Amino acid sequence: MSTAIRFVRRGISGFVLRRVLLGLLTLLLVSVIVFAATQALPSDPARAILGRTATPESLAALRKQLNLTGSIPGQYAHWLRGFVTGDFGNSLAARGEPVTQVLGKRLENSAFLVLIAGAVSIPLSILLGVLAARRRDGPFDHTSSVLMLALAALPEFVVGIALVVLFGTTVFHWLPAVSLIPPEDTPFQHLKALILPVATLVLAVSPYIARIMRASMVEVLESDFVEMARLKGMPERHVLWRHAVPNAVAPAIQVIALNLAYLAGGIVVVEFVFGYPGIGSALVDAVANRDLPVVQALAILIAGVYVALNLMADVATILVSPRLRTSLR
Amino acid sequence: MTAVAPAAAVAAPPVGRPLTILLRRAWRAVRTKVGVVLVVLVVALAVIGPFFAPHSPTEFAGIPYSHASSALPLGADNLGRDVLSRFLWGGRSVLGLALLATALGLAIGVSIGLVAAYSRSILDDVLMRAMDVILAFPSIVLALVAVATVGPKLWLLVLVVGFTTAPRVARVTRGASLEIVERDFVQAAEALGESRTRILFGEILPSITSPLMVEASLRLTYSIGLIAGLSFLGFGVQPPSADWGLMINENRQGLTIQPWGAVMPVIAIAVLTIGTSLIGDGLSRAAIGLERGGGER
Repeated sequence: MSTAIRFVRRGISGFVLRRVLLGLLTLLLVSVIVFAATQALPSDPARAILGRTATPESLAALRKQLNLTGSIPGQYAHWLRGFVTGDFGNSLAARGEPVTQVLGKRLENSAFLVLIAGAVSIPLSILLGVLAARRRDGPFDHTSSVLMLALAALPEFVVGIALVVLFGTTVFHWLPAVSLIPPEDTPFQHLKALILPVATLVLAVSPYIARIMRASMVEVLESDFVEMARLKGMPERHVLWRHAVPNAVAPAIQVIALNLAYLAGGIVVVEFVFGYPGIGSALVDAVANRDLPVVQALAILIAGVYVALNLMADVATILVSPRLRTSLR
Repeated sequence: MTAVAPAAAVAAPPVGRPLTILLRRAWRAVRTKVGVVLVVLVVALAVIGPFFAPHSPTEFAGIPYSHASSALPLGADNLGRDVLSRFLWGGRSVLGLALLATALGLAIGVSIGLVAAYSRSILDDVLMRAMDVILAFPSIVLALVAVATVGPKLWLLVLVVGFTTAPRVARVTRGASLEIVERDFVQAAEALGESRTRILFGEILPSITSPLMVEASLRLTYSIGLIAGLSFLGFGVQPPSADWGLMINENRQGLTIQPWGAVMPVIAIAVLTIGTSLIGDGLSRAAIGLERGGGER
């Protein structure tokens, strides 16, 4: 595969271009998998919409409208063309509304949730990693390492329900246990309802980032230039935040992006736990109703975010690490 | 076991020995012991628990969401069934399905990883890119696509969780084997005319047990979460069966009135996953130590 696209020129832009092409190829294969998986279904979408009492004529008409006639590769091509141009088909459950209309608002809500979770967890986990590395094998390091290990092991829905029990329903009654947001409102107007879902996502991803940040910091703190800065008499705080941290962040970028990508999948369960009206709970509903156009759209959308973030991680890693940058010249 | 001659280890990779060393080293860490204790507790609860259940897990035993009493020590659930009995019955499905899925994922992943590492051809590239495509989905999304198509079937859960486990195992297996396939004993086996299957599983596989053990414990932790999570979403074990994930789903609406129906399974799953991940951490630290220090020191 790499030989096939080796004609692309070398250097950083060549690398980025090759990486983007590979990402697009992955997405194309993803779309084939999603399409093939949903083709294997025994049920007939036209009948699912119209119900058991539908006449053969109306079924045939709807099949034609839904593009269910013709060869399978032809259906795939038609579906993919619609997908690329922003036409995701019609939902089978929501009275045949276009998928884009069903999902538009929910997409915004989910993006908002993921962005806040990312904005909280990234600085927090970098800070935790740095603090743990600064006093390596000290009490803070040991406590945080065990705590992070335990948190990383817990499934998100377990963390979510535990938070609900602790702060929402049973032990304390500080926060709302569900995050229902009326369709006419933005999540911004219901910040209090966002605290628990955001906290769940933060607890789910922070351990990984903190761990890689700690490992990376430990290595940087042992390097010569940090020693040099200390010997120069530079204040320790300066050494830490101006010299060590920027160098330690580079290896962590990939893990950070991977975890943001993970958030794209993590919202599925977390939104369901809190009843948050995003694409995650939409996916669960669509699966329960076997609303395949919505499932297809969301699966590809989430995979797309996933592929894009992975791609950005690779590119960012190359850009921030001088050694890799020069090796590509 | 006091001194392992490195020369002997290279000449003929012993099947049991590196694994014994790894397990012994891992066992020395406190966290491994704690992890083993936690896992043994939950496994014992799941296996022996049903024998101590005071009621049938599916029979009506009291008013829905009624509080703990002498007859129902943890109260009743959303349909008035005994929470304690359902809790005692509900671990088997989580553990059984997660173990099956992990075993399947290991079998597929190890096979693919070994074939890729040994092929030294375009097949390596093709297999690993195929694994990348599976990794382009968050596992839960892939599982949901499968459920949307086929419906909530238990065999499907095992299959799809195993399937999403395989790529990660394949990567680890391939990474660890790349260096092994160049070793003399593999060439010797080739010269002796041994079959490809024997070389892959008889010669190379025994040399990569340490990284595989670490990976297996990681994958088990993750499979437990995914399997229980899918049951929690309503796409796994179906009512009226007793299952920890399903119980959380059934009883979360009544958290304000009667929390035990959801809280007990949450605690059990938490203890189980923390336990397996502590064991995994102990193993991985031991494996890193072995790589750096070598042998038994």
